[in-house]
Amino acid sequence: MRVFLRRQRYLLEYSLASLARHPGKYVLLLLVYSLLVFLLASVLLFSQALHRETEVLLADAPEILVQRLLAGRPVPVPAAYLERLQGIRGIREPSGRLWGLFYDPIVRANYTMLVPQTPEIPAGEIQIGRGIARSRGLEVGDYLSLRNASGATQAWRVAALLDGEAELVNQDLILMNTADFRQFFGYPEGRFTDLVLRVPNEREQATIAEKIVRILPDTRPILRSELLRTYSALFSWRQGLIFLILLGVLLAFVILAWDRASGLSSEERREIGLLKALGWETSDLLRMKFWEGAVLSLSAFLLGDLLAYAHVFFFGAGLFAPVLQGWAVLYPQFHPKPFIDGFQIATLFFFTVFPYTVATIVPIWRAAIADPDEIMR
Amino acid sequence: MIRLENVCKLYNQGQHNEVRAIWELSLQLAPNQITVFRGPSGSGKSTLLALIGCLTRPTRGRIWLEGELLSNLPERFMTQVRRETFGFIFQRFNLIRGMTVLENLLVPAYPLAPPYSRLRARAMELLHQFRLADRAHNKAEWLSGGEAQRTAICRALINDPKILIADEPTANLDRQLSREFMGYLEGLQAEGKTVLISSHDPLVFERPGIARIVALCDGRLCLKEE
Repeated sequence: MRVFLRRQRYLLEYSLASLARHPGKYVLLLLVYSLLVFLLASVLLFSQALHRETEVLLADAPEILVQRLLAGRPVPVPAAYLERLQGIRGIREPSGRLWGLFYDPIVRANYTMLVPQTPEIPAGEIQIGRGIARSRGLEVGDYLSLRNASGATQAWRVAALLDGEAELVNQDLILMNTADFRQFFGYPEGRFTDLVLRVPNEREQATIAEKIVRILPDTRPILRSELLRTYSALFSWRQGLIFLILLGVLLAFVILAWDRASGLSSEERREIGLLKALGWETSDLLRMKFWEGAVLSLSAFLLGDLLAYAHVFFFGAGLFAPVLQGWAVLYPQFHPKPFIDGFQIATLFFFTVFPYTVATIVPIWRAAIADPDEIMR
Repeated sequence: MIRLENVCKLYNQGQHNEVRAIWELSLQLAPNQITVFRGPSGSGKSTLLALIGCLTRPTRGRIWLEGELLSNLPERFMTQVRRETFGFIFQRFNLIRGMTVLENLLVPAYPLAPPYSRLRARAMELLHQFRLADRAHNKAEWLSGGEAQRTAICRALINDPKILIADEPTANLDRQLSREFMGYLEGLQAEGKTVLISSHDPLVFERPGIARIVALCDGRLCLKEE
């Protein structure tokens, strides 16, 4: 065992010396390799951060949303529907929610206006997302005036800016009082945009959704788990799209690695022949080249991964953020929280280090099985 | 004792450019002697040394080393015999550029993986013996012809082989260095090594320490001088 380990150490030493002796050949390869890892890791890290952010945001969302449909379109839900849902076992705290969309022609953006369940916001005040604050140049204490459904101007004092951590979804959000909301949109009394229900027992949710449809056939219940799945599918689809584009980069890299490794110079072929003549076995040569590839690919993997980590978590993933996170009209400023995912690192390792190893080891094997006698000539 | 029986070596066998490098050659070589293979360029000297040194296999025929048949050994065992029995000094010495003299010396020992302290001590002992200790950390490409030649000898001796094979070792050396080189080989023979040299340099085969000269013509024995 000690001899085996010592042998590996000697081969590794030789590999390191070999890398140092051919800097021109390996520096370019290292740079391209690191760039590839950087691109793939950036997409993976950012997508994963988006998935996590969505889960965090929806963690407090109600388990079931109920919309009323008319000709397939959502319409206001009568408050009487709440009483009819009270009878279903397993439902807690059913309540009506008021929210709507408003197009602001000044910044050409849609705002989401919402009446929060708690705490109640005083009349004449609003809390706004940072996207709106940025685009309208508003600060706490300023007034926001918008034209309401009856054509009159309605003004609110900005009481607070919404929490920056969840900016991905609240950047275009305006929170206001119930009376202000009904007045602004001309929303009829006794009606809600949708109903929210708490169902703590996860296994009951699907059954309760079925009961709701039976009792209120013109409604559509939406489960939180369905929302999560939809977001997840959306981000995964975008991630897949980027990966498809990066597949070309990956292929180009494999071709470069193959070309570099198979295009052995006459000096390198002579060196392989010499090592065989001096008593190295084919397996020693393959191991030596394996170590050479391992040092190169691990360095590139580490470098690319660290750069991607910095790119995503410290520089906001400037390269991919617009495509991966999407936007309505106002660009959110999303600062994902750093994390390390072992499975993700393993996946990336497999998709970058494995193709390189295969691309390099085969040509070396072909050169290494030749007779060493040509070294005598 | 090395014995060859009806050995043939063909290159590009069965093709229009087939070359008979060695043809129906039978020979016995005694141990602890210096034997020189002599002949013009293309006569098969280097091929014969490559066959004896397990660098290639004969197309036909058999080769024995101390009673063990070498020509049928699997590649792995052939490499083992080559590593433990033979030390090679190549025509252009073939030192690895970019590596130091000491590193060049250690390369043949890596597959055997001896403890580093012992390996280094052995290498330094050889470098002292061949007056190269002060060049241990110099790059191979910075060496003079004489220093490169002595480094090549040291590298051939690092695994303490029984047989030294030198292919046209004086081809790139001046007369002074060639004489010096032959002096080293004679010293090694006196220590009990078997030395096989290919050369067409009179300065080599006219040395008094040469026990046997084998002349080759077109891959066959054309004349024996004992």
